[in-house]
Amino acid sequence: MAAYLIRRLWQMVPTLFGVILLVFLLFKGFGGDPAEILAGQNATQAQVDAIRQQLGLNESLWTQFGIFLKQIVTFDWGKSWATNEAVSHLFATRMPATLTVMIPILLLDTLLAIPFAMGVAYVRGSLTDRSIMILTTVALSISFLVYVIVGQYVFAFQLGWFPVQGWSDSTWTNLWMYVPLPAMLSVMVGLAPQTRLYRTFFLDEIGHDYVRTARAKGMTERTVLLRHVLRNAMIPILTNVAVALPGIFTGSFLIEVFFSIPGLGRELWLAVNRSDYPVLQAFAIYIAVITMVVNLLTDVLYKLVDPRVVLK
Amino acid sequence: MSAVLSSVPSTPGVAPHAAGVWAAAAKRFRSDHVGVASLAIVVLFLLVVLASAVGLVAKDWQVERGVPDAPPTFVGPAKQTESIAVAGPSGPNVDISAVDPLAPRYKEWAEAAKKYETKESVKAQTLPFGADRLGRDVLAKATKGAQVSILVGVSAAVLATLIGTLLGAAAGFFGGKVGDFLEWVYNVFTAIPGILLIFAFAAVFPRGVGSVVLILGLAGWTGIYRLVRAEFIKHAVRDYVRSAEAIGASTASRMFRHILPNVSHVVLVQLSIHVVGFIKSEVILSYLGLGVGVDQVSWGTMLSEAQSELILGHWWQLAAATIFMAVFVTAFSLMTDALRDALDPKLRGLE
Repeated sequence: MAAYLIRRLWQMVPTLFGVILLVFLLFKGFGGDPAEILAGQNATQAQVDAIRQQLGLNESLWTQFGIFLKQIVTFDWGKSWATNEAVSHLFATRMPATLTVMIPILLLDTLLAIPFAMGVAYVRGSLTDRSIMILTTVALSISFLVYVIVGQYVFAFQLGWFPVQGWSDSTWTNLWMYVPLPAMLSVMVGLAPQTRLYRTFFLDEIGHDYVRTARAKGMTERTVLLRHVLRNAMIPILTNVAVALPGIFTGSFLIEVFFSIPGLGRELWLAVNRSDYPVLQAFAIYIAVITMVVNLLTDVLYKLVDPRVVLK
Repeated sequence: MSAVLSSVPSTPGVAPHAAGVWAAAAKRFRSDHVGVASLAIVVLFLLVVLASAVGLVAKDWQVERGVPDAPPTFVGPAKQTESIAVAGPSGPNVDISAVDPLAPRYKEWAEAAKKYETKESVKAQTLPFGADRLGRDVLAKATKGAQVSILVGVSAAVLATLIGTLLGAAAGFFGGKVGDFLEWVYNVFTAIPGILLIFAFAAVFPRGVGSVVLILGLAGWTGIYRLVRAEFIKHAVRDYVRSAEAIGASTASRMFRHILPNVSHVVLVQLSIHVVGFIKSEVILSYLGLGVGVDQVSWGTMLSEAQSELILGHWWQLAAATIFMAVFVTAFSLMTDALRDALDPKLRGLE
């Protein structure tokens, strides 16, 4: 296990280097001149030159890459160009809001999709099954935006069940007041594809020999599904959850933009609109690191769930 | 795109001597009624896109033809609300030209104003599917929006497929150093979550249709690369490729004339799947203001306008954009499913 972990971590080094290189070259090569963005539209040439000097833009590309690497290692990205807030502080303060929204969504999504998918798999091939499948295709083809726009309008504005948008400093207030509507809407939208996917997992398992054996023993279809199929289908389901796990750091950006939740996704969107390069670069690299670490952890967890898996 | 689409049913004519894989696929596709119906809808949409691109329909979508927020015809004109007029001054009109510093110039301005022709146009009270905040026809906007959204989705999918296929073919065929390098590139691109990659590209590229295509294509090729690479690894060692090598076929010829046709069904299905995904992405990007320019309309910009209109009870723009998009995307998804079933019978019934 230790050897596996060390090897995996070692393999991350070139990937991480590539991510850093990609982000560096992307913003160097294609992005506008940072000095001109920072100086604003009414700056004199002297001011722009001074900022160039200050940012080290007159140094060679290699020196600049060195500075970039130093920033990553020391977690010191300086300040956001737009708000003058330290980037590391920005990252640390926006993360909790994102997690407060995304963890309930991920949990509800998974926990609701399993019984739904099992129900659909139970009536597989029937008219109900086919119509549910077509319904989910139609539901999926409507943009997520429409659900959020209409949901916010109906449930918050017309019916007044939830606040239209907002956020507070207390996690509990957030959880019972501001999270329910965004979470409900995302779960409603996320459920259809999730159900479709899990249904195929169940159907894959239903075709196996052990299911036929269980049926031959005289078990009811219900017991077969709940006791045998569910347990085996949990493995692909868990894999799927694991794949979705890194997405919780950025996955909610639309929800955050809509409901003014001060999370990572909204901050990223603001950074794009403000050409706030330090924030974008830092977020891209750190979220990539987090993604890689989470992927490694889920691989390890996977081994714990399914003893047949051999880590190599 | 339309060439790719129509090539599926029309291939029997291409290979008359033997029922090839494409002819068999076309036969399977034709027996799938849902697939054929969806194909018809998709073709209809593509014709509308074509007509709108050459200026036959929706050319004047920017003309303000109705009163602001004119409701759809089937709803009937908006109720005239009584506006409380401010009572005009009742006293005698005082001549203040003696103290008005602008008075000497009024005549000059009136002369200047005459030079410009003003036309009083009659604004329609209702339009077939209503009007937006400026009085532009929502139906024309949705049609023009379909052109932008579908073209962006299709072009981005073609770009992503091109990148993914070329890199995947190189990685799978050559292996070794080239393969390792491309795997590294792949790992780098997949290490960054998709939306983050899109945002990073969006931050450095200028706004516009071309940029959206570039952003989505550059951020979305990895899935296709993976599949094509796996297929090329499998095929590169097969006998027919070795035979081709033995008779002196060049590397490029073996890759693209021998192997590629044998994996093209994978590519085609992936292309089709990505079109749907990219249309959805374009809508979201345009909604966020990172997509098409301000002088253009896409389903995404319509939705973003519709959000504020909905609060005032003007639901038609939202409905129009939603219906157009839902019909097209549903038809395209169902067509993709049928296409996949037809081209890869092994997968039939899986989903």
